[in-house]
Amino acid sequence: MFLFYFYQKFQKGLERMLSNYIKSIGQYFIMIYETFRRMTKTSELKRLILQELDDLIISSLGIVVFISFFIGAVIAIQTALNFSNPFVPKSLIGFAARQSIILEFAPTFVAIIMAGKVGSYITSSIGTMRVSEQIDALEVMGINSLNYLVFPKIIAMCMFPFVIAISMFVGIIGAYTASVYGGFLSSEQFLAGLQEDFIPFQVFYAFLKSFIFAIILATVPAFHGYYMKGGSLEVGHAATTSFVWTSVIIIFMNYFITQLLLS
Amino acid sequence: MIKVEDLHKSFEDLEVLRGVNTTFEKGKTNLIIGQSGSGKTVFLKCLLGLFTPDEGTILYNGKAYQNFSKNEKRELSKQMGMVFQGGALFDSMTVEENVVFPLKMFTKMTKGEMKNRVEEVLDRVNLVDTNDKFPSEISGGMQKRVSIARAIVNKPNFLFCDEPNSGLDPRTASVIDNLIQEITHENDITTVINTHDMNSVFEIGENILYLENGLKAWEGNKDNIYKTDNQKLTDFVYASNLFQKVRVTQREGL
Ligand SMILES: Nc1ncnc2c1ncn2[C@@H]1O[C@H](COP(=O)(O)OP(=O)(O)O)[C@@H](O)[C@H]1O
Ligand SMILES: [Mg+2]
Repeated sequence: MFLFYFYQKFQKGLERMLSNYIKSIGQYFIMIYETFRRMTKTSELKRLILQELDDLIISSLGIVVFISFFIGAVIAIQTALNFSNPFVPKSLIGFAARQSIILEFAPTFVAIIMAGKVGSYITSSIGTMRVSEQIDALEVMGINSLNYLVFPKIIAMCMFPFVIAISMFVGIIGAYTASVYGGFLSSEQFLAGLQEDFIPFQVFYAFLKSFIFAIILATVPAFHGYYMKGGSLEVGHAATTSFVWTSVIIIFMNYFITQLLLS
Repeated sequence: MIKVEDLHKSFEDLEVLRGVNTTFEKGKTNLIIGQSGSGKTVFLKCLLGLFTPDEGTILYNGKAYQNFSKNEKRELSKQMGMVFQGGALFDSMTVEENVVFPLKMFTKMTKGEMKNRVEEVLDRVNLVDTNDKFPSEISGGMQKRVSIARAIVNKPNFLFCDEPNSGLDPRTASVIDNLIQEITHENDITTVINTHDMNSVFEIGENILYLENGLKAWEGNKDNIYKTDNQKLTDFVYASNLFQKVRVTQREGL
């Protein structure tokens, strides 16, 4: 009897949750569609895109360089310490560092960092505009607020693969520095390992991945900001929820793309 | 002139407007009054086209909104100015950029012409030396004035104000009220103002609509609002102590 009651409650809750998710997914794709309609005046768009490049891309470079360098270094040291077998060639350290940095660390790890930095910025800035009726003000003037707010962010985030390229480069420098100056192997050995079995498709895979992450990074937080309800307290809440969802979707897409392209 | 016929608007189970009929006249300050949560903002947003009514017709200068073509709708939105409750100024822009924004987006004015027009309206709302300040750097009353300037810069035929003097001290509130009334008369436009402030009602209530339970409960003006026999409206009007005293004084013939 008791169990049955709980089962019913659970089922109702589950049904509501599922229908909410499906609604949100539908609304997300409608948002993307609306974003590309009724373009804002070109001169204004240009200004907005430059602004977003500054806010989303340029301002993230510092943290990306910092993290990439040290994670690259740690990857090299971990590999070196774990392959103490004398029969394994030392150059493997360079090879392993390259593979992990290019394939996973740079695109995925940096995307998660960006979900925190850029994602919460996008959600809170759009959310603030929602609660203070600035979005309504745009709409009253006859401006497509989605195009005005989200389109420039998507375009700016198309530069994200360049951020990833920088991250890869700096990560490898970090690995080189830590392993060569840490006395694990010689510079020649590292460089030999770095060039071993190089498969260009893997770089393509990494950049394709970065591009898809960039679109997620621009649109999912924008969705959470644009459709939020409530006041300034809810803006903070929306930013947190947006971070969770953006990371979850990135991690899932990472699995999906990897399964599709590399296996 | 805006005519509203049988306007209905609900949110899921909540019926906010349940068939409102009224007319907002040109060249007058038309007030919508009612308690907090009575649907004033929803009503205004229906008039602005931000909400689509579930039922009913809104006629702008005699023409029903449903009969507007896409282009006419766009033209209509350019004829509307709105002063939002919190001002809704764009945080990332200076005062001048906020005011010039509608001109930049929708007119073919030259830079010089825009500059002149912006100076003109900022002057009209008595704002000087604030052009390069950001909204966060000026007072609430100034923000409201910038918001009014932005709403009228493109010479609208319809001006909507959502509680234009909420959060302001009585003196500033009265200045804002008078400013809106003067602008309405000068430009002969249709102005609709939401308020729950009794001072505004007695000052600029040339045409008053009282909303209650999603319906029009009373209609009149500042001169006959005293004589209403609607009990809820009487309570509403005399809710503040100040007017309680006024009424007592009047009754006792002091
Ligand atoms: N977008 C919305 N979604 C759901 N309910 C809303 C929405 N906007 C307003 N409401 C509800 O409509 C009612 C009237 O609100 P409002 O028009 O803001 O009142 P006020 O007269 O204070 O301006 C309130 O109960 C509010 O919760
Ligand atoms: Mg309101």
